[in-house]
Amino acid sequence: MSANRPSNATQISVTLFAWCLALLWVLPLLFAIWTAIHPPVYVGSFDLFAPLTLENFVRVWNAAPFDRYFLNTFILVTFVVISQFVICTLAAYAFAVFPFRGSQWLFMVVLVQLMVMPEVLLVRNYATISKMGLIDTIPAIALPYLASAFGIFLFRQAFKSVPKELDEAARMEGAGPLKVLWRVYVPLSRSTYLAYGLVMVAYHWNNFLWPLVVTNSATTRPITVGLQVFSTVEQGIDWPTVTAATLLSVAPLLVAFLIFQRQFVQSFMRSGIR
Amino acid sequence: MKVSRNFIISMFLLFPAAVLLIAFTFYPTVATLIDSFFSTPRGRRPAAFVGLGNFERMAADPVFHRAFFNNLIYAAVTIPVSMGLALAMALLVNSRIKGRGFVRLAYFTPTILPMIAVANIWMFFYAPDYGLIDQFLGLFGLGGTNWLGQSGTALWALIAITIWKLAGFFMIFYLAALQQIPPSLLEAATLEGANYLQRLRRVVLPLLMPTTLFILINAVIEAFRLVDHVIALTRGGPNNSTQLLLHYIYQVAFNFWDTAYAAALSVVLLSILALIALIQFGFLDKRIHYR
Repeated sequence: MSANRPSNATQISVTLFAWCLALLWVLPLLFAIWTAIHPPVYVGSFDLFAPLTLENFVRVWNAAPFDRYFLNTFILVTFVVISQFVICTLAAYAFAVFPFRGSQWLFMVVLVQLMVMPEVLLVRNYATISKMGLIDTIPAIALPYLASAFGIFLFRQAFKSVPKELDEAARMEGAGPLKVLWRVYVPLSRSTYLAYGLVMVAYHWNNFLWPLVVTNSATTRPITVGLQVFSTVEQGIDWPTVTAATLLSVAPLLVAFLIFQRQFVQSFMRSGIR
Repeated sequence: MKVSRNFIISMFLLFPAAVLLIAFTFYPTVATLIDSFFSTPRGRRPAAFVGLGNFERMAADPVFHRAFFNNLIYAAVTIPVSMGLALAMALLVNSRIKGRGFVRLAYFTPTILPMIAVANIWMFFYAPDYGLIDQFLGLFGLGGTNWLGQSGTALWALIAITIWKLAGFFMIFYLAALQQIPPSLLEAATLEGANYLQRLRRVVLPLLMPTTLFILINAVIEAFRLVDHVIALTRGGPNNSTQLLLHYIYQVAFNFWDTAYAAALSVVLLSILALIALIQFGFLDKRIHYR
């Protein structure tokens, strides 16, 4: 686009507009950080010389079992992502490499889940989980999400782009279907796994409604539900505490995101290319 | 009929996914449909067939009407605004501006925050007197507005939050698509004397059509799926002014324990999603012809 370049004035106003929008976008977050690092008496004032403090974070950490909530979220996310990898890989392998009469049709049926997500069926799924005696357990939070149509779709795409010759070469050497999958298809689809994995980590770290419904004690609650329980008790009175709790709960993912920004952004990009 | 080798292998590979999909997607969908024609079992009284009773009740239920209407407004505003902003953001970040990295980061950050945390952050932002918005308006003597506490403004306050959260998420998809447009196409258009707006309208936007459709579907789903902020901020109030369909289902099922009525409400939500799926199917067909 070297020819017909926009004039300097347009260039500057475009940059200015982009920056204003960016500032507007981070403003709520900055405002929350500002409140959380100042003593409660300074709420709502913008005294640049107000003393800085981490007191609010310490108070929050001691007021609710946040360490337990983080551990629960960590276990949940690990369990969900690993199970999804296994279950969706197997299903995608079947659809991509072993077509049979009606498998196209079956694949379309699987894709229904892209529309009818577990959230929409929460009343019935609650009844199922309750019949299984799993209410208030971490597997209960994970179960409805383990067979993900989105994952099956993405992995199938990835497997379909693997050169047939590599598959045949491995089979000539006497490798069975599972060995071919493990030695050829999975390694060649590494970037899809990374992309899907990061998107799912973000999704399940942040998931709220279903965990809220199926958990009722601190020993199973993930961080999002723990945060909600915590901030309703304080409801709008102690702002520094609420903002500190909020920032504390998003800190691990936010820090990971800032460090691995490129990978995160590219993962989200890849997951959208169809 | 001879059973093929592929079929046998596939059955083994598909088994775990099939069990889970049946248990948590297909069975509950069918069961919800059936439940919607029965009454809620209470104590020793089992569920009884009530025909269209639940749906008749729904037709006369002002809260349902409100939730349905609110959800339509909510979708009709959040979808186009967040998509338009997403496109603008992607074009800005894709052009040669200073500090591109920071700007992209700023737009994208809300995407990775949980909606529940976003709600808390905005709750403070909206707070009367203390909140930044009220302080700013206070400079002009307009302070003291409880944005989330009045039925006139509460839904709009939630809409703003949703747009803030989703625009950066959708931007990423546009950005990915923009980066895939071959530069030679744009150069050719430039050589023919097309200015920026002409190139945008004649080259870029048509090439972004499939992405726009993909984002649109996602945006519609989000408009009916995401109610975390309603639970955190307003619980549907004041006066049901922020009641959305899924939140109403949640309340009826888990606050009033009226599972049959919740099932009937779920059927409405499922029908909306099915309708969208059908429309998408029609569009997808066209898209394939187009390619």
